[in-house]
Amino acid sequence: MCNSNLTEQDKEIIKALQEDFPLCEEPYKVLAARAGVTEEEFLQRVQDFVQEKKIRKMGAVLRHREVGFKFNALCAWEVPKEKLDEVAKIMSNHPAVSHCYDRNTAPNWNYNLYTMIHAKTREECDSIILELSRLTGVENYQVLYSKKEWKKTSMKYFKD
Amino acid sequence: MELSAFDKELLNRLQGNIPICSRPFAKMAAELGTDEEKIIARIRELKAAGFLRRIGTFFNSNNLGYVGTLVALKVSPNEIAPVAEAVNKYPEATHNYEREGKYNLWFTLLTRDSAHESNILAEIRNLPGVEDMLQLKSNKKYKVNVQFKLN
Repeated sequence: MCNSNLTEQDKEIIKALQEDFPLCEEPYKVLAARAGVTEEEFLQRVQDFVQEKKIRKMGAVLRHREVGFKFNALCAWEVPKEKLDEVAKIMSNHPAVSHCYDRNTAPNWNYNLYTMIHAKTREECDSIILELSRLTGVENYQVLYSKKEWKKTSMKYFKD
Repeated sequence: MELSAFDKELLNRLQGNIPICSRPFAKMAAELGTDEEKIIARIRELKAAGFLRRIGTFFNSNNLGYVGTLVALKVSPNEIAPVAEAVNKYPEATHNYEREGKYNLWFTLLTRDSAHESNILAEIRNLPGVEDMLQLKSNKKYKVNVQFKLN
């Protein structure tokens, strides 16, 4: 794939950014030093990356179990092709939905839209799914409750 | 540890966007009506107490040139643990969940190119106990926004 619009310096900046954000007065200065650029250059590139949508956000993600959202379900929906955008928009607007992606189907697997749903109880999760089904008119779906989290990490880019 | 009203306000703010400027925590402190030192100290405590999975940069992997896929495996129930552990060994596998249903192991894979993706998937398909595999690629990400509003 083409990473050709990323310079070696950009990759150093990305490597610095993907480590934990320093909790100090001038965090970007610390990261800039690791990338070998000035704080000004670093801040400018971060702004550029946000503009170019290479960075989705600078911020935090909570440990959802600790803050009370103990149940998550991946829900796979079978949506008529011509209604995909409309249905996806309705589902995306729901605050309990964190991810909403289309995906290709497979033999004997006709689900083409996937949502990740978070809730405080399993009952709440179930009722959100029923609500989404009612709002969109999509009746064929599979709820894939998680039984065990085997791994949850963040990608380390440009490591090799 | 019980979250105070201030903690919830701080965590909600932190899930939004950290300002991109020389003193981001001073800017956040001004917005929340407190001071920089207190904000930094409290974030450290909340992190130590396990409320924060990660604080930092979230990239759009496609725009960095990476290719991603969701993979569903049908694994014979006796082989789930060794297969899950084998998948975990790949740094390219970022999330891996055992789920209820016919396809009982679901993971995401992020690679620098499609050839590398195919190689890894072929290795995983050949693991003992893997009976079927679905490769579910996305064309459009309608929403990616992991935020939990605390109130």
